[in-house]
Amino acid sequence: MAAQEILKIEHLSKRFGSNQVLRDVDFSVTQGEVVCIIGSSGSGKSTLLRCINLLEEPTGGNICYHGKDIDTLPVTDYRARVGMVFQQFNLFDNMTVLENCTVGQKKVLGRDRREAEQKAIAYLQRVGMDKYIHAKPAQLSGGQKQRVAIARALAMDPEVLLFDEPTSALDPEMVGEVLQVMRDLANVGKITMVIVTHEMEFAREMADRVVFMDEGVILEEGTPDQIFETPKEERTRIFLKRILRN
Amino acid sequence: MPDTFFGWIAFLWEEYAPLFIRGTGNTLLLAVSGTAFGFVIGLLVAILRTVPLSAKDKPVRKCVVRTFHILIGIYIEVFRGTPMIVQAMVLYYGLLQSFMPAMGAAVFIISLNTGAYMAEILRGGIIAVDKGQKEAAQAIGMTHWQSMCSVVLPQAVRNALPSIGNEFIVNIKDSSVLNVISVSELFFQGKSASGTYLRYYETFFIVALIYLVLTFLSARLIGWLERKLDGPDSFVIHGSQSDSRAVIRGNKEG
Ligand SMILES: Nc1ncnc2c1ncn2[C@@H]1O[C@H](COP(=O)(O)OP(=O)(O)OP(=O)(O)O)[C@@H](O)[C@H]1O
Ligand SMILES: [Mg+2]
Repeated sequence: MAAQEILKIEHLSKRFGSNQVLRDVDFSVTQGEVVCIIGSSGSGKSTLLRCINLLEEPTGGNICYHGKDIDTLPVTDYRARVGMVFQQFNLFDNMTVLENCTVGQKKVLGRDRREAEQKAIAYLQRVGMDKYIHAKPAQLSGGQKQRVAIARALAMDPEVLLFDEPTSALDPEMVGEVLQVMRDLANVGKITMVIVTHEMEFAREMADRVVFMDEGVILEEGTPDQIFETPKEERTRIFLKRILRN
Repeated sequence: MPDTFFGWIAFLWEEYAPLFIRGTGNTLLLAVSGTAFGFVIGLLVAILRTVPLSAKDKPVRKCVVRTFHILIGIYIEVFRGTPMIVQAMVLYYGLLQSFMPAMGAAVFIISLNTGAYMAEILRGGIIAVDKGQKEAAQAIGMTHWQSMCSVVLPQAVRNALPSIGNEFIVNIKDSSVLNVISVSELFFQGKSASGTYLRYYETFFIVALIYLVLTFLSARLIGWLERKLDGPDSFVIHGSQSDSRAVIRGNKEG
């Protein structure tokens, strides 16, 4: 049986005032795959993710979730199915680690407290943060915060997780712990993930598909080998040369 | 009749203690209820004001939301742009007099007045909450109402707590203007007490002392509440192997 297509995005465009940030982007996500989006700063990677999660309202095109146009679905239901992990973690500062991971389950999914806490603790264990359930975000390091943020997203049992540069706000020594969690999610958890990243090593190792964005369009996509070894586009080559040299 | 300042103070207190005490009680009632209802009004206004509008929304919804924005704008302008003493006169004699007692009207007026200020105070508090908090709440599927109530407003209120406490202290003092609609709050009682012997200086010296005690104690109470709400600096590692409930000092940021 062919893997299910979870998201299909067609002709997506986004304009901020007169600034056309995305143009005619086609993009799809299939069950179980790990897609890494790379590209230089300002190319629209974050905006694409934010449009997928409707944190930004696209100015054109359409997004289908399991073949249904998301305009026909309640926004909150759709968002609960598509998890998001932010560069700046965005843990709820007024809640403990445990509450961060249960509030959505209780309020959005209507789970009772016991079930929500069990689930939260299971995922916190998975990211190695179960010892810290009583801590407040301000008491955690960046890497710990990001791992909690991943557990919070997972606790909603989303079908796909979107990551926007999950490690670029971290001190170098904390990058590894977060990438390790993401590896585990991909390898063991078989979680579907779309990851915007500047970690080329990680993309090469983990991605089933790499997407290169440039000036608001998807310039090319393919397997990590295709993109990293034999890129077709000159701009991809320039980007990779620049970033791999650093 | 007493012939010294302190003699008069003692005499007036002896004579009118019940009056002063009742006045103090009413002043506190006005300040507490006005601040509490005003706070609730402020929260509701904050939620209504931040309702997101998207280009795809139905025209009816857009219309309703915009109308609310306009009404809220008018409410805040009017109540912040006129003195409460004037609001009391207009609302009481123009409307409320015929269907509620003066005390009820006073609570109503001070609540509406405080609500307008609270709305602005909370707006400031919301602006100070990182945008990412709301986005993270939306991203897990919370509605506007849910994300405001469980994520944004608790933080906004914490940010605004000094100003909210200040509103309470202002209300202890400014409820005195409600004497114009004959509510027996502290100032009004002072007027009554000073009338018989025409000892304005000594009577209002007592009144001033009572106000000062009230505001001083309130300020301490608010400070204590703020520290209490911030919670402990440390947390307990959960289920550590020795189960020693080891406490780790949190490295608080910022
Ligand atoms: N809210 C906004 N209003 C106006 N312009 C915006 C907004 N958000 C993003 N942009 C613009 O859109 C363009 C793409 O931004 P985006 O954040 O998507 O890039 P990016 O590929 O994620 O870059 P980076 O690698 O630096 O995160 C930029 O030119 C940016 O200035
Ligand atoms: Mg970005």
